[in-house]
Amino acid sequence: MATLMALVVGILFAASIYMMLRRSIVKLVIGLIILSNAANLLIFVVSGLTRGAPPLIPDNAKAVAGAVADPLPQALILTAIVIAFSVLAFAVVLIRRAYEVVGTDDLDQMKDTDT
Amino acid sequence: MNLELVLPILIPLTAGALSLALWRSVRLQRYLAVLATLLLLIAGLWLMDTTLTQGFVVVEMGNWPAPFGIVLVADMLAAIMIVLTGIIGLAIALYSLASTPPGHETFGYYPLMHLLLAGVAGAFLTGDIFNLFVWFEVMLLASFALLTLGGERAQMEGAIKYVTLNLFSSAIFLSAVGLLYGMVGTLNLADIAQKVRSIDDPGMITVVSLMFMVSFGIKAAAFPLFFWLPASYHTPQVAVSALFAGLLTKVGVYALFRVFTLVFTQDVGYTHTLLLWVAALTMLTGVLGAAAQFEFRRILSFHIVSQIGYMLLGLALFTPLALIGGVFYIMHHIIVKTNLFLISGITFRLLGSYQLKDLGGVYRQRPWLALLFLIPALSLAGIPPLSGFFAKFIVVRATLEANEYLVAAIALLVGLLTLYSMIKIWAEVFWKKLPEHVTDASRLNSDVKDSGAWACYTPVVGLAACTLAIGLYGQPIYVLAETAAAQLLDPQRYINAVLGGAPQ
Repeated sequence: MATLMALVVGILFAASIYMMLRRSIVKLVIGLIILSNAANLLIFVVSGLTRGAPPLIPDNAKAVAGAVADPLPQALILTAIVIAFSVLAFAVVLIRRAYEVVGTDDLDQMKDTDT
Repeated sequence: MNLELVLPILIPLTAGALSLALWRSVRLQRYLAVLATLLLLIAGLWLMDTTLTQGFVVVEMGNWPAPFGIVLVADMLAAIMIVLTGIIGLAIALYSLASTPPGHETFGYYPLMHLLLAGVAGAFLTGDIFNLFVWFEVMLLASFALLTLGGERAQMEGAIKYVTLNLFSSAIFLSAVGLLYGMVGTLNLADIAQKVRSIDDPGMITVVSLMFMVSFGIKAAAFPLFFWLPASYHTPQVAVSALFAGLLTKVGVYALFRVFTLVFTQDVGYTHTLLLWVAALTMLTGVLGAAAQFEFRRILSFHIVSQIGYMLLGLALFTPLALIGGVFYIMHHIIVKTNLFLISGITFRLLGSYQLKDLGGVYRQRPWLALLFLIPALSLAGIPPLSGFFAKFIVVRATLEANEYLVAAIALLVGLLTLYSMIKIWAEVFWKKLPEHVTDASRLNSDVKDSGAWACYTPVVGLAACTLAIGLYGQPIYVLAETAAAQLLDPQRYINAVLGGAPQ
C-alpha cells in the first residue's frame, strides 16, 4: 500500500511540475493546486499508514491500547489544506485580474518586469 | 507566563482586527497603525531586556508541555529580529501616512500591514517547525495582497512570479516537514534537534536538510533562486516595497540561521560548504545584476540579493566570529535597505519617476535629502564609520580566518561594486542637472511646504540615525550579536530551555 501511495505522490509531483512549466497561467495555477495536494499526500504517507486502528481511547481506559494510527499528520494536513485553499483562492483571483489587465494568459508575454 | 513573548504577535494581530472593524474610518486606522507599531517596538525592547537577563524565554501555548504543544521561544537572535521588526514597522507606518494613495487605504492597506507584521513576528518567535510554516503562510498571504494592491499591469506580472515561487517554496517546506516528521516523530524544534542526532541514517537527514535549504533559500532570495525578487519588489507602492525589502527575505535568512545551527549540524562539511558557495554566488550575481539596472528601486532590489549573500556567508562559515558577523549584518542591512527604499519614495514624490534618466538635480534643491541618501548608501557599500563597515569587516575577517581567501576576495569586490551602484544613483539622481525632457519639476523647485513631508522625512532621519548609531557606538550592538551567536553555537542550551533541563 505504501509503495503504491509513494508512486501516486511521485506522479502528482511530476504532473504539477509539468503543468507549472507550461505557458498558460491557468495551467500554472492548476500545477500549484496539484503541488499542494502532492505535499499533503506525502505527509500522510511518510508518517506511516496504519489500517483500522483509530486513535480513540476507550471509555474505561486512560490510554490507547496497542498500536494506533498517528493522528498528528492528519491535523497537519487539515491545516495545510485550509492554508492552501486560501492561498490558491487568491492565486485564482490573481490570474483573473492579470488576464484582465495584461490581456493575455501567456506567461511569455509577461516579461515586462524581468529586464 | 512571559507576556512580552506573546505581545509581539498579539499586538499586530489585535491591531489588524481593530483596523478591520474601523474599515470606514481611514483616519482612525492611521492613528492605530502608528500606535500599534510603536507598541510593537516597545514590546520588542521589553523582550530583548528579558532575554538579556534570562537567556531564553519560553512559553508553552495552552500549557501543553513542551514536545507536545506549540512553544514560543525567544533567544537573543529572535529578540533582535523582533526589535528590528518594531523599528521597521514604525518607520513604515509613519511613512505610509504621507505616501499611501487613498485608494489603497480604503482597500485595507493597514489591516494587511498589521497582518504581515504578525506573520513576521510569529515566524521569529515560534519554536515549532509546523507553526513556522503557518506563520510563513500568514506573512505570504498578507504580502500577496499588499503586492497587488492597486492592480497595475506591472504589479500583476510581478505578483504572478512572486506568488508562484513562494508557493512552490512553501510546498517544498511542507514536504520537508512531513519527511522530517516521518523520521523523528516530532515537530518541536528542540525535540527534533535532540532526536536527529540518534537517527541511524544521516544521509536521509542531509537530504531533508537540503529541502529546507532550497525552501528557505527561495524565501531568502539566495542564488540561484532569487529571480522572483527583482521581478516584483519594484512594482508596488514604495512603503510596501520598503517593508518587504526590510523584513521578508530576512525571515528566510532567520529560518536558515535557526535550522542550520540548531537542527542540521550533523554534516557541516557538506551543508555549510554548499551554503558558502551559495553565499558567494548570491553576492556576486546580485551586485552584477544591479550594475545593469537603471531604475532606482530595481537597483536596490538587486542589492538586497547581494547583501543576503553576506548574511549567509556568516552562517556558512559557522565560526563564532562569522555568526556574529552574520547577525550584525542582518541588523545593519534591515535598517539601511528600508531607508534607501524610503528615500527612493521621496525622490519619486518630488519628480514622479523611478527611472534614473528622468531624475536629477535633487542635490541643488534638496541638499539635506542628498545627505540623508549618502548615509545609508555609503553604509551599504561599507564605508567607515557607518554600520555597514563594521558588518562587512567582521564577516570578511571571519572569512579570512577560515582561510577562504577566494570568498573573501569576492566579498571585498562586491563591496566595491556596491559602491559603484550607489555612486551611479548619486550621480544620476542627485548630482546631474535636471534632464530637459522632465517638464513637471514644480514639486522639486517649489519652496511651498509639503504638508506630508514630516511623515516622509521622520522615518528616514530616524533610520539614518540608527545607522550612524550602530556605526559610532557599535560596541553594545556587537555585544548583542555576540550573545546571539554564542547561543546559536550551543544548541544544547536551546534544547534545555525548551524541554526543561535533563535530556529525555
